[in-house]
Amino acid sequence: MEREVDARGLLCPEPVLLTKQALDALGAGTVKVLVSNAAARENVSRLAESRGWQVEVREQGEEFLLVLTKK
Amino acid sequence: MNGKRMLVVAAGGTLGLLAVVLVAMGNPANMGYCVACFLRDITGGLGLHRAAPVQYIRPEIIGLVLGAFISAQVTKEFRAIGGSSSFTRFVLGFLAMIGMLVFLGCPVRAVLRLAGGDLNAGVGLLGLAAGVAVGVQFLKSGFSLGRAVPQQKGNGYIFTGLMVVLLLLLLVRPSFIFFSASGPGSMHAPVWAALGAGLVIGVLAQRSRLCMVGGIRDFIMFRDAHLLYGFVAIFVVALVGNLVVGTFKIGFAGQPVAHTDGLWNFLGMALAGWAAVLLGGCPLRQLVAAAEGNTDSALTIMGIILGAAVAHNFGLAGSPTGVPAGGQIAVILGLIVVFIIACANRPAAVKRGVSIGKGS
Repeated sequence: MEREVDARGLLCPEPVLLTKQALDALGAGTVKVLVSNAAARENVSRLAESRGWQVEVREQGEEFLLVLTKK
Repeated sequence: MNGKRMLVVAAGGTLGLLAVVLVAMGNPANMGYCVACFLRDITGGLGLHRAAPVQYIRPEIIGLVLGAFISAQVTKEFRAIGGSSSFTRFVLGFLAMIGMLVFLGCPVRAVLRLAGGDLNAGVGLLGLAAGVAVGVQFLKSGFSLGRAVPQQKGNGYIFTGLMVVLLLLLLVRPSFIFFSASGPGSMHAPVWAALGAGLVIGVLAQRSRLCMVGGIRDFIMFRDAHLLYGFVAIFVVALVGNLVVGTFKIGFAGQPVAHTDGLWNFLGMALAGWAAVLLGGCPLRQLVAAAEGNTDSALTIMGIILGAAVAHNFGLAGSPTGVPAGGQIAVILGLIVVFIIACANRPAAVKRGVSIGKGS
């Protein structure tokens, strides 16, 4: 299962809220989250890690793609 | 304790320490650092309100923005963005300021006041938490001000440029700038100490994303206490500092630059908390975001400045003698307007990560 969240241009807590909805809906698998500021990158990472998801951060120009995975 | 947690604790602890030091060097009591009070003083210094006791170009604000700007440049986190319901943000900034000036302080000063023994600030903090809790319900049910989009880089520099102009006005002291001869505006630490403290806090706040409203919000929404650690650090360090210096005095009555009207302390901060949580952060965070190139946050600060001008030109602000009737009416009207804004912006324009009408 895979899901994508586009949280570009959103201020916290919205990126975290959208990510949480995706994580809760999926339970396990891969969630790709696109964010455009460093605070959102950290907050989404913190949420995912606290729920046992692994976080991989990829820089894409001015944006960050966070790949969250859980088996 | 991981690195990020240590950073937010270090930022809060440093702010708490510098606040006590700035009071010892001349700032008003329990006002070593206050974003709302200092923006009000700057508003007065520019002559946009004529309340003679609260006029000064506060270097703490200039330093904070310059520090955050430099930090964002070094870490390459500077992004010129904007266009997320900009004028609504301006209005929310305006309303939050009315609430903060009825209470007499921003969330940072509320914590510093409490650390000085001012129990009225405890009432204000309860109001702040209540306002944030109400705002969180709207966020949970889909409130959003929409996406910001990238802008030409130059847009992001204007706000910091404005701070450089303020610094020049402070140093040159042209005759059209107002400096209080008495009252809180006349009490200030030396320019370079205040500027330096602002720079340090600006860098740390940018790195740690320190935000009081965000801390309460994240705790309510996600049981995430990360940002609250910063404010616990402010409180603990400022409390110890006040005890050491001998400026701790517990009670409700006779507290410096404060009043004892609990209802309006509560409602004023509830208005501020509700508006700020819809904005995504407290005034401190808005200043930092503006320095990072967020032009919506820059406009929010302009709303705060208009709020200061209106609060003092029309006699709405609280004072040690209490809250005038006009201020009480303004807070009630403000709560009604925030309620309307909160209702009007949900369900969100952004759903499940897809913008309506954009299809991205």
